[in-house]
Amino acid sequence: MEIAIFLFFAVVAIASAANILIQRHPIYSALSLIVTFIALAGIYIQMHAEFIAVMQIVVYTGAIMVLFIFVIMLLNVGAEERVPDKIHVVKYFGLPLVVLLIVEAGLMVARSFSNEGIAVESASINLSGNTQLIGRVLYTQYALPFEVTSVLLLVAIVGAIVMAKKEI
Amino acid sequence: MIPLGFYLTVTAILFAIGAYGFLIKRNIITIFMCIELMLNAVNLSFVAFARYYSLLDGQVFVFFVMAVAAAEAAVGLGIIVALYRNRQTLNVDETNLMKW
Repeated sequence: MEIAIFLFFAVVAIASAANILIQRHPIYSALSLIVTFIALAGIYIQMHAEFIAVMQIVVYTGAIMVLFIFVIMLLNVGAEERVPDKIHVVKYFGLPLVVLLIVEAGLMVARSFSNEGIAVESASINLSGNTQLIGRVLYTQYALPFEVTSVLLLVAIVGAIVMAKKEI
Repeated sequence: MIPLGFYLTVTAILFAIGAYGFLIKRNIITIFMCIELMLNAVNLSFVAFARYYSLLDGQVFVFFVMAVAAAEAAVGLGIIVALYRNRQTLNVDETNLMKW
């Protein structure tokens, strides 16, 4: 049952991720990316990472993708026209790169299948989903990175305002 | 419990799709979305490893990645809007002013 749920979400995530590339209009790509994010949130819940799942929905689909769709509609982007490109070297380098990536990842995955020793089923399965524990770790062990993140967000706010000014 | 390899397989496939889309797509917004897809693939592997080693650090890192992704989306979409206002195009082949 557990594996069936996982496979369902994984297939949905991968299929809609592939749909991003198939679609030519950015709005359809954005919508299928949202489906991918929601499927990933399902996988997180199934992994007992509820906090991350909620963050995924709220931050990614709720904030980032809404921003994307807002910009797409603001700029009134049309479909990507199928122009015969001048020199599409990139396209022919891209596919070997992806094949290489998959082969390399496949090797790592095969290795992780062979030594299953790291799968520690024991004590702390509930630990990973515990939002209170995440908060405690975030404010004690990772306090400095947390503060740096706030500075980063401040920089992003300033940067977005500068970009939105009349003349650059 | 599902073996770790399953999660890593999904991660690898999603990351590869994102990388391929980053290279073949010509619309800058779609390229941006492919970057988000790659970030998400990495997040999935973080959470999977966090679960299998019974550590919380992976989930904390996912939190940071999400913060960086939000900042990147805000600034990047600002750049896209400014670019469109100045050049009236979103095709990356036509915005080659800084290309050797």
